[in-house]
Amino acid sequence: MDVSYVNPFINATLTWVKNMVGVEAKTLAPQLKRPPFPHYDISGVIGLSGGAAGSISFGFPMQSAVAIVSKMIQAPIKEDDADLIDAIGEIVNIVAGFAKRDLTHLNLSISLPNVILSNHILAGLSGAPTIVVPFTCPLGSFAMEVSLKTN
Amino acid sequence: MKVLLVDDSVTMRRIQKTQIGTLGITDILEAGDGQEALEKLKANMPVDLVLLDWNMPVMDGITFLKTARADAAFKDVKIIMCTSESEKSRVVEALKSGANNYIIKPFTPEALKEKLGL
Repeated sequence: MDVSYVNPFINATLTWVKNMVGVEAKTLAPQLKRPPFPHYDISGVIGLSGGAAGSISFGFPMQSAVAIVSKMIQAPIKEDDADLIDAIGEIVNIVAGFAKRDLTHLNLSISLPNVILSNHILAGLSGAPTIVVPFTCPLGSFAMEVSLKTN
Repeated sequence: MKVLLVDDSVTMRRIQKTQIGTLGITDILEAGDGQEALEKLKANMPVDLVLLDWNMPVMDGITFLKTARADAAFKDVKIIMCTSESEKSRVVEALKSGANNYIIKPFTPEALKEKLGL
């Protein structure tokens, strides 16, 4: 995978956190995903197709997801609230859509988001490497996983 | 001012409702797709402003936009596209189809206020 494809997703994530959550996020060093794989409590996943195929995912510890979404919607939310699932799906949808503008040469289409609950690991596209980008902000940490194979 | 928020995401509607509420607007209607939005529009005229998502089930934003603009009863309703799809070609299509303006997600409260002309 051309790692330069990850940068638009990083920039889109930083823009989402700044504009819609109202805090500054920082990236830690991106890493090629290798065992031991990170575990998450809630994740949003969107499939990508077109000039490249794969997925972009956001994985959160529950505490971070609740804090970030509560700040974003400006109302307290609980971990069993159905709106939390909607919000995590919307976040990955917003970031993928925003990143597309810097990847127009790939003519990407994005799927509807899926949200995964309970302790889990994420699997990328078979045969494609996955880059894990950890983020931290005053409300908690989370990670983005980008798995993309150019056609 | 009466505003109709059209988005299949409850999250986006909550964010928009809160942000618009801070501008002093309390007469806010909501719809989860274009078809529901048309019904809400017909039943609640005069509506001053529609904040419209692009990708929705049942009826998408561009279909709602073209349908609404084909009805003279809605010619004065200001419609702003609110989309995560930031390609210029889609924005041009929306503006040609009768959208008054557009805003790209993720947006700030200040940007929304500016687009609403408030």
